[in-house]
Amino acid sequence: MALAASTRMQAPVERRPFDWPSALKEAGAVAFVMLGLTVLMVGIEVRDVPGGLALIGRYDDVAFASLFGFLGRIAIALLREQRPQPVVAICVPLALILLFILLSQNTLAFLAGIGLDLGAEFAKTMQAVKLALPFKSLVVMWIVLIVIVGFTIWGLRAMSAPRRAAASGEKSVKATQDGHKPLVQRISIFLAPALIVFAVAMPLLATPFGQRWFSFLPAVDLQVMDIAVLVVTYIMLGWGLNIVVGLAGLLDLGYVAFYAVGAYSFALLATHPEVVAWSQAVFGSSFGFWICLPFAGLMAATAGVLLGFPVLRLRGDYLAIVTLGFGEMVRIILLNWYSLTKGPDGLGGIPRPSFFGYPFTASPPEGVTSFHDLFGLEFESIHRVIFLYYIILVMALVTNLFTLRIRKLPVGRAWEALREDEIACRSLGINPTNTKLTAFGIGAMFGGFAGAFFATRQSFISPESFTFIESAVILAIVVLGGMGSQVGVVLAAILLIGMPEIFRDLQQFRMLAFGAAMVLIMLWRPSGLLAHREPTIKLFGKRSARRAEEAS
Amino acid sequence: MQGSFEYFLDQLINGLTLGAIYGLIAIGYTMVYGIIGMINFAHGEIFMIGAFISLIAFLLLGLADVTWVPLAILLVLVVAMVLTPLYGWALERVAYRPLRGSPRLAALITAIGMSIFLQNYVQLLQGARNKPIQPVIKGGVELMRAKVEGAPDYVVSLSYLQMLIVVLFGFFIVVFTIVITRTALGRQQRACEQDMGMAALLGINVDRTISLTFVMGAALAAVASIIFLMRYGAIDFFIGFLAGIKAFTAAVLGGIGSIPGAMLGGLLIGLIEAFWSGYFTVEYKDVAAFSILVLVLIFRPTGLLGKPDIEKV
Repeated sequence: MALAASTRMQAPVERRPFDWPSALKEAGAVAFVMLGLTVLMVGIEVRDVPGGLALIGRYDDVAFASLFGFLGRIAIALLREQRPQPVVAICVPLALILLFILLSQNTLAFLAGIGLDLGAEFAKTMQAVKLALPFKSLVVMWIVLIVIVGFTIWGLRAMSAPRRAAASGEKSVKATQDGHKPLVQRISIFLAPALIVFAVAMPLLATPFGQRWFSFLPAVDLQVMDIAVLVVTYIMLGWGLNIVVGLAGLLDLGYVAFYAVGAYSFALLATHPEVVAWSQAVFGSSFGFWICLPFAGLMAATAGVLLGFPVLRLRGDYLAIVTLGFGEMVRIILLNWYSLTKGPDGLGGIPRPSFFGYPFTASPPEGVTSFHDLFGLEFESIHRVIFLYYIILVMALVTNLFTLRIRKLPVGRAWEALREDEIACRSLGINPTNTKLTAFGIGAMFGGFAGAFFATRQSFISPESFTFIESAVILAIVVLGGMGSQVGVVLAAILLIGMPEIFRDLQQFRMLAFGAAMVLIMLWRPSGLLAHREPTIKLFGKRSARRAEEAS
Repeated sequence: MQGSFEYFLDQLINGLTLGAIYGLIAIGYTMVYGIIGMINFAHGEIFMIGAFISLIAFLLLGLADVTWVPLAILLVLVVAMVLTPLYGWALERVAYRPLRGSPRLAALITAIGMSIFLQNYVQLLQGARNKPIQPVIKGGVELMRAKVEGAPDYVVSLSYLQMLIVVLFGFFIVVFTIVITRTALGRQQRACEQDMGMAALLGINVDRTISLTFVMGAALAAVASIIFLMRYGAIDFFIGFLAGIKAFTAAVLGGIGSIPGAMLGGLLIGLIEAFWSGYFTVEYKDVAAFSILVLVLIFRPTGLLGKPDIEKV
């Protein structure tokens, strides 16, 4: 059928016929590889049963994977040869059917919700169709769906490619790549303030006022606010790490260590019995969030400098493994230093921040006015989350402002110069170790601030929250955003943190999709979503360039 | 007890068998780094997949009543060393080849992404629970016996399994070294390592050579995974992470890019861990390994056997 469709196509220019033998040969090879990949891993499930392990066969999945690999390779060949029509024609209906089957429960509920109840009979039929499919493991179905959607997008792009090429004239790939830079800058100018305004205004949607006037927007509830707090936390972490990775060009795979140091510093200052006893004796109360925050940052910065001091002489990749090791070391120490950190049990009862001394509790202790009493509101737990949201938003914006300003200071310029060429920096008299150390320490400090916030938000911390995967996610946010781009970090954080939270229903597929998304985005934009690695200050900036023009 | 020679010998044997695992994985890291200069973060997951393939192969052989142990091990080796490299190959083809010539961090992020993906892939397919296996090889030779007052004798024995591990490690290291130093493939790999552009000009198929590097690294990781499976007797989808980090540490310790360095680094990390757990605390063995890495790097910034790279301006 694909053959018929491709030959029917009216080509505007003379084209060589599609090379079926070689496409089939390659497709066969791919099918063979797929068979090898899946024959044991997918084909046989090891299930633990009482008294040992049992093997359960899933050969239909293997057969399907090979078939899928075969057809997929042919589709790629067709797409590469600029024959996207048959691929799109097959993929679009297939994708719709699959999506409908996969989401049948949700879809039916949704349709019932908008007054289109298809009845229980239909749901049962759908379930039967789902079970009758040649592949039962849902993973395979999702992967198939994602790949098919990918093919469709590719095909549609290929179909519109001649038109786009005609519209943009004889623009080469290189030219469009260079064209990104002004586009990115133009977007950033409008996008950044728009994002800030949106971020500041978003919690208003949760208030009665917002619900009355902006009822056309999706309602913001506790869950959405929680996700927003999480996303902004990662934005702040991303901006903190951006100083180290994006500006100074140091690959740090253990950033979570500083996050952990900040969180534990705050938790210990606020809850450790001896500290509490001392502060009660001297100040008459235990330490709260705002007093501990600078200490948490200071401790994290100290940790950064202590780690950085011996290792910053190392070249990029050696630095990567040492920072990774440091991250693991901090986690292991937290896990095993039971007398101080309570090990795997974690630290609980960390005080939550109060609104200038007015706590967010439903029933405050005697003699204390709570937040809702102060303003005469009904008690709602969302108030606390909104307050947390504004705290982290302000902290993140301070980080951003700090970064933007420090880039223009001598030390910030030295970071960027060092990133571009270390040897040239040395010859100009910049001390690389000290310069890197400041970047490391300042980056760590912001990590520590974010850690303190994390501790107060959760009110319970344990080493489990500070695994390597966190470092990897933060680094991915920075790199996906486009190294050194502040707005890019925001977009990447929304994409990587917000999306999985929204798709929490997918449960175990969430992390699978997360990993796949990291790979796919990177393949799509290898230098990041908003890539521009412009030095902040140029020797021959716009003005001097104009002057040079006038002089000539 | 801890001061005796017998105890020392016991830890030494433990350390060497552990080091064999790390060394075999570390070669995969160091080869890939040598050729394309990237940290293949997903190599640990390849090791983990190898362990699952070996586990399934062992269980299948059990079903097929292959009870003669040498044959069973040989068959599992063949199966694992054929199927695991396919994952290595596919990984390179899907996640790294399209990014050749892109910023180096891009490939690092896809590597981390693939690592997350593969972990969850195995977790979904095979379940999150720990999979225990019956010991394949039992028994051993008694080497020494120390009298302990008020307790049974302290026996130092070299189990058949440990002997097999040493033999496997030695055999594959020798084969691998011959491939690298004596064959056309090894010559191509070394050429690519020195100068990829020049190698391509001289008619070497660079893409194919890089693919084969991943295949070879994955095959050695498969051997390591069989050793791991037989020695520890239980695997889960998360073993690749720690083993990968340790092996990478070993590769850096030995000097990344240097193959003898990877073997040496692997053995050293294994020994450090075994002795640290034997004489100090088990909990901090990873801290010890990383601390020694930092110490070595401070005094020899390119690792033990790494060549200092000269930067030309």
